[in-house]
Parts: sequence; C-alpha cells; structure tokens
Amino acid sequence: MNAVRALLLVVAVAATFISAQTNDTRPPIKIGFMVPLSGGNAQNGRDILNGFLMYLDEIGYRAGGRQIELIVEDDEAIPAVGLTKARKLVERDEVHVMAGALLSSTGYALAPYITSMKIPMVYPVVSADDLTQRRRSEWIVRTGWSGSQPNHAFGEYAYQKLGIRSVVTIALDYAFGWESVGGFERTFAAAGGRIRQKLWVPLSAHDFAPYLAQIPRDVDAVYALLLGRTALQFMRQYEEFGLKGRVTLIGGGTTTDEHVLPFMGDEAIGTVTALHYSAALDTPANKAFAATYRARFKKIPSYYSESMYTGGKWLIAAINAIDGRVEDRAALVEALRRVRPSDLPRGPMELDAYGNPIENVYIRRVERVNGELQNTVIDTFPRVSQFWTFDPDRYLSEPLYER
Amino acid sequence: MAEPRATAPDWRLVVAGLGAVFLLAAPPFLSAYWVGLLTQVVILGILAMSLDLLIGYTGLPSLGHAGFFGVAAYGVGILSTTYQAGVVASIAGGFIAGTGLAALLGLIVSHVRDVYFLMITMALGMVLWGLSFRWIPVTGGDNGIAGIPRLETLIGLPATGPIPFYYLALVVFAACIVLMMVLVKSPFGLTLQGIREHEPRMRSLGFNTWLHGYLSYVCAGAFASVAGIMWAYYNGFVSPTYLDLTASSELFLMVTLGGPATLVGPVIGAGAIVILKNVMSAYTARWLLILGIVYIVTILWAPQGLWNLGRHRRS
Amino acid sequence: MTYFVVQSLNGLFSAALLFLIASGLTLAFGVMRIVNIAHGSFYMLGVYVAYTVAARTSSLLAGALLALFVVAIVGFLMQRFFLRRFASQPLAQMMMTMGFALFFRDAALMLWGGDPFTLPTPRWLTGSMEIGDIVFPWYRVFVIVVAALVGVGLWIVNDRTLIGARVRATVDDPEIAAATGINVARLSGGVFAAGAALAAFGGVMGGPILGGYPGMDFELLPLAFVVVIIGGMGSLKGALIGAIVVGMIDNFGKALVPELSYFTLFAPMVLVLALKPTGLYGRA
Repeated sequence: MNAVRALLLVVAVAATFISAQTNDTRPPIKIGFMVPLSGGNAQNGRDILNGFLMYLDEIGYRAGGRQIELIVEDDEAIPAVGLTKARKLVERDEVHVMAGALLSSTGYALAPYITSMKIPMVYPVVSADDLTQRRRSEWIVRTGWSGSQPNHAFGEYAYQKLGIRSVVTIALDYAFGWESVGGFERTFAAAGGRIRQKLWVPLSAHDFAPYLAQIPRDVDAVYALLLGRTALQFMRQYEEFGLKGRVTLIGGGTTTDEHVLPFMGDEAIGTVTALHYSAALDTPANKAFAATYRARFKKIPSYYSESMYTGGKWLIAAINAIDGRVEDRAALVEALRRVRPSDLPRGPMELDAYGNPIENVYIRRVERVNGELQNTVIDTFPRVSQFWTFDPDRYLSEPLYER
Repeated sequence: MAEPRATAPDWRLVVAGLGAVFLLAAPPFLSAYWVGLLTQVVILGILAMSLDLLIGYTGLPSLGHAGFFGVAAYGVGILSTTYQAGVVASIAGGFIAGTGLAALLGLIVSHVRDVYFLMITMALGMVLWGLSFRWIPVTGGDNGIAGIPRLETLIGLPATGPIPFYYLALVVFAACIVLMMVLVKSPFGLTLQGIREHEPRMRSLGFNTWLHGYLSYVCAGAFASVAGIMWAYYNGFVSPTYLDLTASSELFLMVTLGGPATLVGPVIGAGAIVILKNVMSAYTARWLLILGIVYIVTILWAPQGLWNLGRHRRS
Repeated sequence: MTYFVVQSLNGLFSAALLFLIASGLTLAFGVMRIVNIAHGSFYMLGVYVAYTVAARTSSLLAGALLALFVVAIVGFLMQRFFLRRFASQPLAQMMMTMGFALFFRDAALMLWGGDPFTLPTPRWLTGSMEIGDIVFPWYRVFVIVVAALVGVGLWIVNDRTLIGARVRATVDDPEIAAATGINVARLSGGVFAAGAALAAFGGVMGGPILGGYPGMDFELLPLAFVVVIIGGMGSLKGALIGAIVVGMIDNFGKALVPELSYFTLFAPMVLVLALKPTGLYGRA
C-alpha cells in the first residue's frame, strides 16, 4: 500500500515537473519588493506586503506564462537604506521590476536611481504630489494616490454638503501634511470657506494638548491629518479636552484608516474623512477582497493592504499584456501605463498621462456596525484626477503646496 | 598608558594586511552590489575613525557625531543642486560647513567631560537634526535633496560607475587613515591620550587641556566632514536621517565594538555592521533582533572592542 | 487666561510622566554611573505587558502591577548577568544597554506586532474637569497626583530609611561606600530594578493617553535624558525640577513657537551644560 502511494507520488511529482517544464522554458520573472519591516513603520510595511502576497497566491505565482519569484527587502523607512536595497535588488538579484516603498522621502531618494537604471517600479503608497507632477519619472508608475488628490474633492464637499464655513486644520508637519491641507484649503476656500488657523504638529508629537487648547470653540469644524499612533492619540485627546460633540471633526483619510481604526473607541464615531478606499466599500470586488484578507490575516484590510493588492494586480496585468517578456523594460513600463484591470477593491481606476491614478474618492463617516468601527461610504466622487478640475499645465506651473 | 608591544607577530597585523589587500584587489572580481557595500564600509570607516579620535584617543564619548557628517553632506547637496556650484566649490563648501560647525560647537562643549559630554553632544545632534528637518527652504525637509551629480564625472575620471567611485573613496580613505595615524602618534596625539588617562595631571604639567580637547573635536569634525562629502556623492541625495540619533548611535557602536583607540578597529566595526545588516536582512525580517544579540554577545566576549581582544588596556 | 491655565496644567502632566521615567534613570546613574540607553525600552515594555494583561483581565490595575513586576525582573536580570561584570567600564555598559535596546525593540515588534493601541482609561476617571472655560481631563489630574505621591515616597525612602542612606552614600562615592560595608553590587541591582519598574510605571500611567506603539522606546528617552541632565545625574530633587522645567518648556514651546518645537527642548540642555557642566544639582 505504502509502495503504491509512494509510486503515485513520484508519478504526480514527475507529471507536474514535466508540465512545468513544457510551459516554462523561460526563467522566472523576478519582482523586487521593499517596504519597512522593522522599526516604527513595520506594521504599515507588513500590511502592504500582505496585500501583495494575497494577490500572488490568487494567481499561483504565475503570469505571462512564467513563474514569479518575489524578493522582499526591508528598507527600514530610511532613504539611504532604501537605495542600498534597490541596488541589491537590481544589481545582485537582477530583478525585472520593482515595487514598494512607504515614505515619500524614500520615494524621492529612489527616483533618480530608478531612472538611471531604467528599471520599472510601482509605487503603491508613496503619495508625494510631485512624484507624478513636477518631478515625475517615466520609469515610475504610481498605483496609489497623490496627497492632495482626495482633499481637492473633500474641500468642496465640506463646504457644499457638510455646510462647513470655517475650519481649523491640525496636521503633521511634513510634506504629506502640507499637501493634504493645501489641497483641502484650495477648493474649500474657492467655494467660499475660511481656514481660521493652521496648526502643525511635529512627527514626534505624542501629546496634543498644547494644540487642542488653541482651537476656538466657535469654529465649524476641525480638519485633522494624522496617521498611525498620532491618529489614535489625537482622537482620544480630542474627546478628553471636550471638543468632541462641540466641534465637528473631519480629516484626511489616514486619520481614520483601518490601520488604526480598530484600536479606537467610540470617540472616533462621526468623523468624516476622504480617501480612495474604504474597507467598508460595498462592492462585490471589495467584499470578496476584505473577507479573504480578514480570514487570512485576522485583520480588517487597511488602505495599505489594498494598495499592493491592487498594485500587484496592476503589475501582473502589465506582465500578462506583454506575454511575460519582462526583459523588454520599455515595453513593460508602457504596459504598466496602458493596462486597466477591472474589479479592483477600490473601484474603477486608470492612469493619467503623468503616471498617477484617476480613481474614485470616497467620503466616509466612522460608524459602529455590528460592534465594529468602520468607514461607511456616504458619498462618492467618481474618477478624480490628481489635478482635480484644474488644467494640468496651469496646475504644474504653480508651486507645490507648502505650509 | 602606552599600548603594549606585541611579543609574537600579532594577529592584528595579519588581519589588517589581508584586509588591505582585499580592499585594494577584490572589487574588480565582485558584483556591483558588493562593491557598493564596500564603498559604504570605506566611507563609514572614515567616519568611525574620526569618532575614534574623540572616544578612543581623547576620552570624549560623543553621541552627536553624525551631525558634522550630515552637515557636510548637506553642504554638498545644497551647493551642487540649488546653487549649481562646481565640484571644487561644493566640496570646499561641505568641508567648511562641517568643520566650521565643529569649531563653533567645540567652544561650548570642550570643557564638558564624561557622561555630560555624551549628553551635550546628543542634544546638539538633536538640534542639528531638527534644523535639517525644519529648515525646509534650504534643506528640503523630510524629503531631503536629490539630484547630486556623480563625482567621477565631475572630476573627469575616464570611467564612471561603482568601481571608479569605490577606488576614489579608497584613496580618500587611505589619505585619512594615514593622516589620523600621524596625528595620534604626534606629540599632540600623545597629549590627548594623556588627558584621557589623567586630565588633572596633564593640566598640572602645564598642558592646556581645554585647547587640546577643542582641537581634537575640530579634527574629528573635519574628518567626519570628509566622510559626509563622500556619502553625499555616493548616495546622490541627502536626508535628515544622515544625522539623526539612530545614525549617531550606530556610529558609536561601530567605534566601541570595533575597539576604541585603535583607528583600525572602528573600520572593522563599520565593516561588520554594514555587512551584517545587509546580509542578514536578505534572509530574515528579524535581523534587528539578531543584531541586538550579536552586539550583546560581542560585548561579553570583547568588552574593549574586537581589535583590542587579548590586549590588556587600562582597567 | 484660560489658555494659560490649561497649558500650565498640561505642563504639569508632562512633568509628572517625565518625572516617573527620569527618576529611575537618574537613580541608576547615581549609583552605577551607567547611561542606560535601554531605559526607554523599560517604559515601552511596561505599556505592552500592561496591555496584554488588561486585555485578558480587563483590569488596568492588574496590568499595572504585573507590568511593574515583570519589568523589574527584566531589569534585575539585565543588571545581574550583563551589566554588573562591567562595573567600572562605563563604555562597555552603555554599549550593552544599546544592544539590549535594539533587542527589546524588535522583540516587542515580534511579540506584539506593530499596531498602535491605547490602554483603557479607568471608568471612574473618564470625563473632564470643567471650571468656566477651563477643560482639563480628570485622568491627567490623577497622573499628576500619583506622580506627586511617588515623588514623596521616593523622597522618604531616600532621606529617611537605611536603604536610602546607603543609596545616597553610594551616589556620593561608590568606593568609600563599599569600604564602609555597603554591598554596592547588590544595591545596584535593586536600584536598577526599581528604576526599570518606575519607567514601566510611567509607561502604564501614560498608556491611556499616549498608548503603546513601536518606536516609543526612543521617543521619550532623549527627553528623560534632558530632565536628568538639567537636574543633575543622581539627584531626585534635580529630576523633579528638571521634569517641571522640561514639561513647561515643551508645552508652552509647542504652543507659542511651533516652528522651533524641535529645538525648545534641547536648547535649554545645551545651555545648562555649557554654563554648568554637571547640571544644576549634579556633582562632578
């Protein structure tokens, strides 16, 4: 009996081996991937990686008739380390294409190297506006978003639909914060709203009391742009200092994103934010994605998780479009800009001529449903461009959003 | 006080000789990636040696030394991109920025000793980091400054790429190590070591110990600036992470693990840390945990640093 | 006026947390001359242990007590087996604590993951004190009171008990203390463990507001050093004054000159050390 089993096993293995042989005359496609996997940003990096792993599993690590080999590196959220790892992936592992990076500083540091090596790269998360605007690279394709993109939509929405007339902003004091607040301010002010005060919080802040005490109670709303543990701390302290229930809280999408939402309490309920994704998005594609992700990783998917599921889908679609001929890098990057895979968790998406997605922006309100906090989608801006309704050339001739 | 003479041919000589031959001859046979790592070792080696002047030879433990490295790098970055300055002006500017800053800050730290020196340099390091992060119109803030041109092209080397840059860095490294060796063997260097061992005695012998400490600080800043200039050209960008507390702490470990007051030891420390980090992180996401354990075990085994193994220095 | 009162109260709250963390650091330094880079790790471990316990027993008190106990043991073992052998080598000791800091940082990430969390606020302390326009959370008032009690307790132990006398003697001069029959090694172990527990306690007390997250170990550490340095290493009174100075400067600095928030904390430390190289209350 055992002998028969062993024989069957050998036959089975041989069969797969042979069939693999006949299909795979070409060596595997190597994808280099980097995110922070150690230090303070490790969990965000892990979420991004998980989304990618999930998609690669779905397609059985095969695309364009070739096997896929994934090489993962830890960029430590330090730009110089990211560059070293990029060199390792390109020069030692000889990857065909790269994906990843979390922080804008890493994104900017990698760009010149990527351009000089002519290696296609997908940025699933890095949101610095200029990466697909004034400082774009033909070799970089962004499948995420630009920082000001959802906020252009949100500024108008806040004035017209939420009836907000005056706002105090409180945001992290670096480019991501400036671009988010800048985008919001531009359309909010154009609609007739007024930004009363802008409070900038250093990234190392943990106690928001010095800032919360400065917020006048007669303002219509507070716009908060925070992420990770700063969002968690802020939300808690906003209630502590008696602002919740008196001043409406709105904000950038990361403030209530699912990477931090499950750790918040009732204090978060009612907060309205804008982003290109919500785990509670009620579409078949997203429901399937969220359910599978949850079953596998025991967590609600965050926008980071979705970023590289979609980024992976995008990349694989491009590889399929050129029948796996990834050695032709120019063809690959051209395909990356051309493909339009459907059924993405976040909804329809295409790339503009600058390599940034045109995608839906969702207005979400935090609610408790079946005992869990979620970002319920209350409105949708379809097909939002990084330039909003402005003329791209004119937009690009103006300076980048600053403090 | 003086280092004991080895009776038998010291293993250190053999290792140093082999290391020198390797650094000189191996790169043409290595992949571009490994040449890149060796370039990092060589540049960070200069930086670690410069800190050794302070920690090892003068007895002044600095936890903000990456500041000068970073400021010089920013000097190069700002001059060569924002102001489109030539290569000589950029390098000179970076060097003057780093060294001048050391000359300035030296005035307020040179009378501080021991753990208080550690703390005042840490605080200054944090201030410099804050400046690089916050002075956005000049430094580009968190995103830093990218687009620094290649040094090989600028100075007209016939070839560009990892190997020419590596040998360029190696020449700078060799010049620095020779200069620093001469410095520590000079009467000035011996006085520094005297201050390290017993400052009141040196003072009663008529030495101006403040001035010696100050000059040592400035020299260390100058060599750190050289490393910073090379680092800016190597990476092609500058970022606040060059001079944060993490960078200064890692640098501190390079010197103390490698062996203070040896110059060669800190280079070994730099090499070990660069190689270990990069090799390990390719295999496991838990490399930081392992690195921590490696540090702990190394200190248990060689509390005076690797290069001082078997030597009985001051108790 | 309202604004000034709220900022001052919050400055006191920051000072309370900083005092809890810095008092352990300054005691360990006074007795052992050790610069403990892993002190922030104790602070972090305290929050994580308390979180694990509180999530299972839904009792913050149980979490706090167990956190104190566990971190004190960790500190004691670290001192006994890794630091004591380098008693007269400050550089080796400091490197050792750096190694442990990296180890703890990644171990915490491995054990607890990288998601941020906050500890629950005890129910009887939720809500805010409201006097006219002044709104200040009760929990923060509680932290100020607790830190004051801890301060008084430490002062009594230090000034009125035999152990305190031994600690003070060792801070003054370890060699003479040893000559008079004080077991400096054992005393150091105890002080180090107590310092670790104080840091953990600071973490737990701050937990409902600041929470726990990877990277928190290195975030408050430089501030704790600033407190200790301004107050003078080894001085409890100095730690108290240093904590109040830093807490106030931090709060008012962030509110009044936000552009300089990266400097307002470290500039005073540089100033103090430049003018008085051993801190306000320190001994050479």
